[in-house]
Amino acid sequence: MIKILFTFIALSIALFASGTIEGEVQKQPLNISAIVMFLVFVSGTLGITYWAARRTKTAKDFYTAGGGITGFQNGLAIAGDYMSAASFLGISALVYGAGFDGLIYSIGFLVGWPLILFLVSERLRNLGKYTFADVVAYRLQQVPIRSMAAAGSIVTVILYLIAQMVGAGKLIQLLFGLPYSWAVVLVGILMILYVTFGGMLATTWVQIVKAVLLLAGASFMALAVLLNFGFSFEDLFAKAVQMHPKGDAIMSPGGLVPDAYSAISLGLALMLGTAGLPHILMRFFTVADAKEARKSVFVATGFIGYFYILTFIIGFGAIVMVLNNPEYLDVAKQLTDGGAPIRGGDNMAAIHLAHAVGGNFFLGFISAVAFATILAVVSGLTLAGASAISHDLYANVFMRGKVNETNEMKVSKMATIGLGIIAILLGIVFEKQNIAFMVGLAFAIAASANFPVLFLAMFWKKLTTRGAVIGGALGLITAIVLVILSPVVWVDVFKNTAAIFPSKYPALISITVAFIAIWLFSVTDKSDNAAKEIEAFDAQDIRSQTGIGAEGASAH
Amino acid sequence: MKQDTVKDILANPKYQELVTKRSKFAWTLSIIILVVYYAFVLVIAFDSSLLGIKVGSGVTTVGIPVGIGIILLSFILTGVYVKRANTEFDDLTNEVKKSIMKDK
Repeated sequence: MIKILFTFIALSIALFASGTIEGEVQKQPLNISAIVMFLVFVSGTLGITYWAARRTKTAKDFYTAGGGITGFQNGLAIAGDYMSAASFLGISALVYGAGFDGLIYSIGFLVGWPLILFLVSERLRNLGKYTFADVVAYRLQQVPIRSMAAAGSIVTVILYLIAQMVGAGKLIQLLFGLPYSWAVVLVGILMILYVTFGGMLATTWVQIVKAVLLLAGASFMALAVLLNFGFSFEDLFAKAVQMHPKGDAIMSPGGLVPDAYSAISLGLALMLGTAGLPHILMRFFTVADAKEARKSVFVATGFIGYFYILTFIIGFGAIVMVLNNPEYLDVAKQLTDGGAPIRGGDNMAAIHLAHAVGGNFFLGFISAVAFATILAVVSGLTLAGASAISHDLYANVFMRGKVNETNEMKVSKMATIGLGIIAILLGIVFEKQNIAFMVGLAFAIAASANFPVLFLAMFWKKLTTRGAVIGGALGLITAIVLVILSPVVWVDVFKNTAAIFPSKYPALISITVAFIAIWLFSVTDKSDNAAKEIEAFDAQDIRSQTGIGAEGASAH
Repeated sequence: MKQDTVKDILANPKYQELVTKRSKFAWTLSIIILVVYYAFVLVIAFDSSLLGIKVGSGVTTVGIPVGIGIILLSFILTGVYVKRANTEFDDLTNEVKKSIMKDK
């Protein structure tokens, strides 16, 4: 296995190096520092993968790094999952394009964390083993519950993967002049390597390394911007208002959220979606106990909050230093569309700013880090998706729990490769979509299908299998159908003149549908099974409150 | 877990104290975050010009300190919860565990 790994390393580096030079000759000047830094990161992370591969023997190692990650490390890794390319490039692009509106997104993404800590994290750690479906299926029937939870996980993971892949493609296109599809394929291959060989241990450490690099790079950019304005936010804002075509409007809520329904619906999706993202929930099983789980959230909230403040400053910095700067202007696009478009689109605002404040060397660093970010996040996502397939669908649904570890791990590795290929293909198909918006979709589905079921499984005694399955499925279907009928798909993709569902944000309706359906189909469930499930709640609740009998607790 | 053990733990005063105190605390903090966040969202939804009011004579609006403030509040509240959970609630949990061991 290790031999294969090395062959892959050699192949992927060769592929990358040769392709880069070829592309650069035709397009833009070769950015040696970016390439070197990226190769250093890739070899470093492949080294981590090699180290992790030798420590990943059991299914527990593969899914949860053996439960041996500390609270602080896990907090950094969670923050790393959250500081995706979509949020780094996407939110700074929103701030760059619309000012204050970007902050609305950031706040929505962040406020889910305190709630996860207060209500979810400890219970999750005390009840679960490898996936959040373990928690939901704790006292309910394995087969239907796991099928439904796995469906929710896989859809969320794939949507999120698309956003990341699109980010990777655009970034490499701009930086190296490589064809879009090359970058997407490279990300796919590296991610398959990390996950299949190194499992959760490699995925976590790749994420930690990247989180530290990204926080350092973003801090430097924000400091450089503020330094230009003598650390006066007022001066920075004043200059931005003066330069931005929207003028004063960038300082208050604007066009991003057009009506009351959309504002509330987006808010709900961002807040509750966090507590339904399978790759985030999975991280709570990598720590030893509830105490470490709590620490992880505290550390993660701190780093994520800090990071969002940085992206806000970076977005304004880009308005001041990138917008109207002829160096970053997309001349060809300006001729056809007018205005002052920047090369690579708004999502590249932060990347251009890196060049403006730190020259080619720092541009190289930030580009390498942004690419690394994508690699780290897609690895976590793929691992979560693969776990849903192998642990939930294969081991517990298909094989009814009668499966040996070797086979389960084999399936999870095959699932990883399969998801990698799907991610590559979809990344190519969805090239033209706004990446921050794709993440919004993933959140809506996580909030409507995964969160209500998980939450009620832990808090509501009368939840039954029937209620959970029907409610969760209705939440998922409602979210997907409303998105298809909304302007972004019905008009933009299918080219109809008017959307059937007027808003881009389905969460308010789909979450309500999920909760009502779960309640209705649970309370009317008078079967014997339902009675047993309700009776089993007390024992489950004791374990969730105290950790008595929890997975991994015996290790102390 | 046996049904008897479940009954014993449910009847254990320390367990009851843990559950009551923690859930009261967790829900109080949750409600604070929810109220603050939805107040923010509803202002955006119904009267977003409120957040566009200028602070002083410059261009900085009320929205900026409010937004940054919500980020800071989230962090502070998680710290407050972790502090109490890692001391008081964990001590209570350990006492519950001990008393179960004794019974056996």
